[in-house]
Amino acid sequence: MFKWLDPYAKPQVLFATLLWWQRWLMPLAIVVLLIGTIWGLGFTPADYQQGDSYRIIHVHVPSAIWSMGVYAWMAIAAFIALVWQVKTAQWAIGAMAPIGAVYTLIALFTGAAWGKPMWGTWWVWDARLTSELILLFLFLGVMALQNAFADRQTGDKAAAVLAVVGVVNLPIIHFSVEWWNTLHQGATITKFAKPSMDPSMLWPLLICILGFALLFGALTCLRLRTAILQHEAHRPWVRQYVEEQQHARV
Amino acid sequence: MSHVAVFRATLKRELKLLARQKADWVNPLLFFIIILTLFPLGVGAKPNLLREIAPGVIWIAALLSVLLGAERQFRQDYRDGVLEQLVAARAPLLGYSLAKIAAGWISSGLPLILVSPLLALFLGLSAEALLAVVLTLLLGTPLLSLLSALGAALTLSADKGGILLALVILPLYIPLLIFASAAVEQAGFGLNYQAQLAVLAAMLCVASALVPIAVQKALKLNVG
Amino acid sequence: MLLSARQLSCVRQDRVLFEQLDLQLHAGEVLQIAGKNGAGKSSLLRILSGLSEPEDGEVCYQQLPLAQSADDYADNLCFIGHLAGVQPQLTALENLQFWRACFALKSADDWALLATLGLAGLEDIPCQQLSAGQQRRVSLARLWLTSAQIWILDEPFTALDQSAIAGLTARIAAHCSQGGAVLLTSHQPVEIPGYAVREFMLEYRW
Repeated sequence: MFKWLDPYAKPQVLFATLLWWQRWLMPLAIVVLLIGTIWGLGFTPADYQQGDSYRIIHVHVPSAIWSMGVYAWMAIAAFIALVWQVKTAQWAIGAMAPIGAVYTLIALFTGAAWGKPMWGTWWVWDARLTSELILLFLFLGVMALQNAFADRQTGDKAAAVLAVVGVVNLPIIHFSVEWWNTLHQGATITKFAKPSMDPSMLWPLLICILGFALLFGALTCLRLRTAILQHEAHRPWVRQYVEEQQHARV
Repeated sequence: MSHVAVFRATLKRELKLLARQKADWVNPLLFFIIILTLFPLGVGAKPNLLREIAPGVIWIAALLSVLLGAERQFRQDYRDGVLEQLVAARAPLLGYSLAKIAAGWISSGLPLILVSPLLALFLGLSAEALLAVVLTLLLGTPLLSLLSALGAALTLSADKGGILLALVILPLYIPLLIFASAAVEQAGFGLNYQAQLAVLAAMLCVASALVPIAVQKALKLNVG
Repeated sequence: MLLSARQLSCVRQDRVLFEQLDLQLHAGEVLQIAGKNGAGKSSLLRILSGLSEPEDGEVCYQQLPLAQSADDYADNLCFIGHLAGVQPQLTALENLQFWRACFALKSADDWALLATLGLAGLEDIPCQQLSAGQQRRVSLARLWLTSAQIWILDEPFTALDQSAIAGLTARIAAHCSQGGAVLLTSHQPVEIPGYAVREFMLEYRW
């Protein structure tokens, strides 16, 4: 059924395909993000309760959504790497993990910056915040494990196992943190009730969510291409490619 | 060459080694007791305060001391080339890993349960809370041993084993920490904590089905 | 042809150790892989024993690629790497017992076997108190117990004295006369009484 995918497991073919995708995705991501943020920050009406500070939602929500999305994609790549022994899928884990970690960090920072005026504190042990923090630890664990080995291949494979173990664990962690939160925190912070958003506010948010997804795609293409070059540095086609690039520069 | 035969032989071998190298199970136990001593010294010895933080303290000490023992679990067999030969012969690694995990629990989990009455004295726990500590340790320490064996197997050939193992595995301990300390806390208030025990038992079942497979995979990729 | 490798290449830390390497091992043959330190001898043996994957190419056991024949191959392979595989806190006898459960080994009188290996009187002291050569002998004891047809031995002669080397070469000769095959590395020339040792040179590449 998936036979048509086979050629894309070959690094050289994938490299060219990724270049094509990257050329489309990168400008598209930049344009969409610009539209979304300018619209969201500049032209939407202020919130009747939160004033202008709610505008951070245009960065916070997309990064929070995609921090989990990136982990899901990473786990899919890890699964493919483990079951079908596809090398390029292993490399994709390393390409995605830092992007996910940065998205998670952005979500945490913007969350803290938003929490200060709204809740009066930078940090609360809210279930969603805590889950996000643990997600960051999981990303960092995958990255640390991947880079800890003298033999790069071992690191890639170990990171794949950890990513799959992590994705099995993630729902359990999320559920237990949620449960812990209701037990300990009670009513100090209720989930801030989202009034149904006005379309004029919703559209820029949706565009920003799309923009973050496109940016993730573009950055993954870029990082995976770099990973392919690094792993295949000894191959003739890489040497040839590098020479061509140098000639083009001169 | 069956899994059972390898499991038996490995377990016998590990128990012999434990009998010969007493430090392997004495040291994690001492570490556990010392951490428990440090907490009253650090936060003050007010009985009420101690009773309040006891569930968390006990469980954090338990998971750190199990983690401490885990790093050495596969390292010697890796350095001596035993694992290499097992993988080359495609010997049943599942039996081997299960025996290693069982021996790991006997060396670093079981002693904690045996000294737990001491905790009642140190932290002023009631009899009900002590029972909850024993029950959660019974269900929780095998889970700790499973997960730390996975960490040890994953980081086996890494340059910086110890701290990396902690980084990789500690986030996975969080659900266990939450439910086990909640059970002890509930017991301290004289409340029912069967639900927490049931969740712990469920997590143990899932982990004992899945983790040995991952351990086996991790050992293979570190040797290859 | 028992074992064959086609177009193997191996890369370690961006250095190509070997490329497009072809190699055959026939029954009744001793093949010595020679080459400088760092030429990739151990890496080659690890690939041939199925421990690690080659960057390119494939290893076949009885004409079948390892992907299909790995279980059969493992049953017919005795691999002893440059690490002895001896657990130092256990005695020689206990190590043998453990191996017997994990590898398909013949049942035999372990005491007599250890005595023929020159370890009489040392059977039940922990191996860490033995010398390097004596530990090597404990590890090589597996060769007297295995019924595997292919042996892959990484530097089996290291640390052995003259009498132990003579014992090992005699064992290899007996194995080959029964249709076995041996693949080994060694820095010294290997002489097996009654057998021509084929040498395979692995060039050191930059």
